[in-house]
Amino acid sequence: MQSLKPKFWDHEDVASGPSKDLFNFRRIWKMTVLLTAGVAIVPLILVATIDYNVTQQAIESEILLRTSRLVSNTKRAISFFLKERMSALDFINQDNSFDELSNPARLKEILKNLKQGFGGFVDLGVIDASGRQQTYVGPYKLEGKDYRDQEWFKKVLRRSIFISDVFMGFRKVPHVVIAVKQELSNGSFYVLRATIDTERFNELLSKLELAGLGDTFIINHDGILQTPSRYHGRVFGKIFLPVPNYAERTQVFEEKDLNGKALIVGYAYLTQTPFILMIIKHKGELMKPWYRTRLVLILFLTISIFIILVVTLGVVTYLVESIYVADRQRVMTLHEVEYSNKMASIGRLAASVAHEINNPLAIINEKAGLIKDLFILREGYVKDKKLVDLVDSVIYSVERCAAITRRLLSFTRGMELNIQLLNLEEVINEVFGFLSKEAEYRSIAVSVDAPADIPQLENDRGSLQEIFLNLFNNAFAAMSDEGHLEITVRQQDLNHVSVTVADDGSGIPQSDVKRVFEPYFSTKTKQGGTGLGLFITYGLVKKIGGTISVHSEVGKGTSFFITLPLHIKNEESNG
Amino acid sequence: MKILLVDDEEELVSTLAERLSLREIDADWVTTGEDALKRVDTENYDLAVLDVKIPKISGIEIKKKLAVKCPDMKFIFMTGHGSEDNFKAGSAEAGPEYYLPKPVSIKTLIKKINDVLRK
Repeated sequence: MQSLKPKFWDHEDVASGPSKDLFNFRRIWKMTVLLTAGVAIVPLILVATIDYNVTQQAIESEILLRTSRLVSNTKRAISFFLKERMSALDFINQDNSFDELSNPARLKEILKNLKQGFGGFVDLGVIDASGRQQTYVGPYKLEGKDYRDQEWFKKVLRRSIFISDVFMGFRKVPHVVIAVKQELSNGSFYVLRATIDTERFNELLSKLELAGLGDTFIINHDGILQTPSRYHGRVFGKIFLPVPNYAERTQVFEEKDLNGKALIVGYAYLTQTPFILMIIKHKGELMKPWYRTRLVLILFLTISIFIILVVTLGVVTYLVESIYVADRQRVMTLHEVEYSNKMASIGRLAASVAHEINNPLAIINEKAGLIKDLFILREGYVKDKKLVDLVDSVIYSVERCAAITRRLLSFTRGMELNIQLLNLEEVINEVFGFLSKEAEYRSIAVSVDAPADIPQLENDRGSLQEIFLNLFNNAFAAMSDEGHLEITVRQQDLNHVSVTVADDGSGIPQSDVKRVFEPYFSTKTKQGGTGLGLFITYGLVKKIGGTISVHSEVGKGTSFFITLPLHIKNEESNG
Repeated sequence: MKILLVDDEEELVSTLAERLSLREIDADWVTTGEDALKRVDTENYDLAVLDVKIPKISGIEIKKKLAVKCPDMKFIFMTGHGSEDNFKAGSAEAGPEYYLPKPVSIKTLIKKINDVLRK
């Protein structure tokens, strides 16, 4: 996770004022990611949700419609079945007189014809106006039976046609009774009654192809099953659903079964009968294809969102990182300019101070020299060793001062490369001259190991001086008193020399080693480090065509390894 | 052998001249370019030691004018090395080998004088 974190994430900008948000890269990143991803994802989710709902609704209404159609068609088939038989009975009434029908032989003939022509007829009876079954043909002995007080007989008198509930017949087979009233010219009437086997009903219903747990059956107005059902009980059982309200046309509604699963229930009241046709389907099964489509839709949505997020994060991180890097570059350049200006000013100041001091120093030198000349030339003083020593001491001090001013003057801060032939050891010693006093006070042992056969190199003295001064200063800061600083110069190959600056100081933690050349990386901020020393050193080494690397172990010390070309190339000196 | 010392620091040139005289080198001194140019009208010098940075007429200008008047005259520059430019000008004019940084020891000066005159 740490390695995925972009560089700008932990950047704390020092900028303040109205434009400070301009450099809050984490905020820029968050805003851009939020906006970009939002603009892409929100419409996608919106469209997907709308599409989801519209499709689901369409599929649901399609299911309801299909169920409704199925119920209507089945209702027509059953109605037709009953109607056909009612019409047959009606036709018999019209075709035969009461007397003819009262003739058992004739009635038997008719029953035989009905069985052949329509099927399902079990028996046939003629009941006179008083409710007595005058003639009967069929498997029972019902001749003479009085139906006067029976409910169905009263109904047939009122309605002319009657269809009974299903009842269990003699052979333990469900039956239904159809009765048709026929008025006679003398004002009286009779009723033709037939029993029909419901097997044909069941056949009609079982022909319907219903998927999975679908079911179709007929109930009466009390909710008692009139035909067998696959999953909702046997004939004469009561269904768990409430009896649906009367409606003229086919109705479809949703309901829950005993397990709480959604059901689609279609029903239709069969006119002139006590029957209600019901078709029950499991919604879950019907919606299965939609659930598969829905899964694909959700998967597609998830993958799209994932891709949008990955691309957004990638692109935004890349862009913000680029801006961040560019901004760092800008800040660095600004600081570099500031730094080199400062260095140039210090250089000029040092040079002018050195020059101003050199003149009085020259006078002291000449005056003391003259005193010494006089002592040496005049016999009276030449033997006075103390006086001569005193003058020598003055002259020696002047020389020391002169060495310092000369060093200051030659310490040109590398604004422009001034390529000359240099002896590397000489340059190192020259720079070390600045630190020799400190080394003495702190008892730091410095050894310079430079074989005599190291060739002179063409390079810029000022740059080399600054590089070594920075490295030595760093080493001195890292070392405790009585430390060791080893400087080793070697010829690396025909065209390169290497310089190793190794101290036995505190060392740099492994995590910081690769950052030491970054600007503003400093472990010495409390001691006034700017974090620019090694950054500038790195830049200078590059500028004069060299390379620099570092190796460090905590507690053991740090080594800087520099390689320098013996001949500086033109483009490098111009760069 | 006669030498002319030119430096605006009177204390310096006068002492230097005295020290050279003690070593039996005949040396005169002046503190300005004008004086130097006047002095060569009346005296013959083999060599002039010039400070680079002299008010009004710089050491380099003085050298150019003296060289016109006295074609045989040799020159040595001395400088406090005021700036890189000064140094470059001095060594370009006289050659780096004729350039001496201040303060200079009398031995070095005499050696340089002998070297220059011998050429």
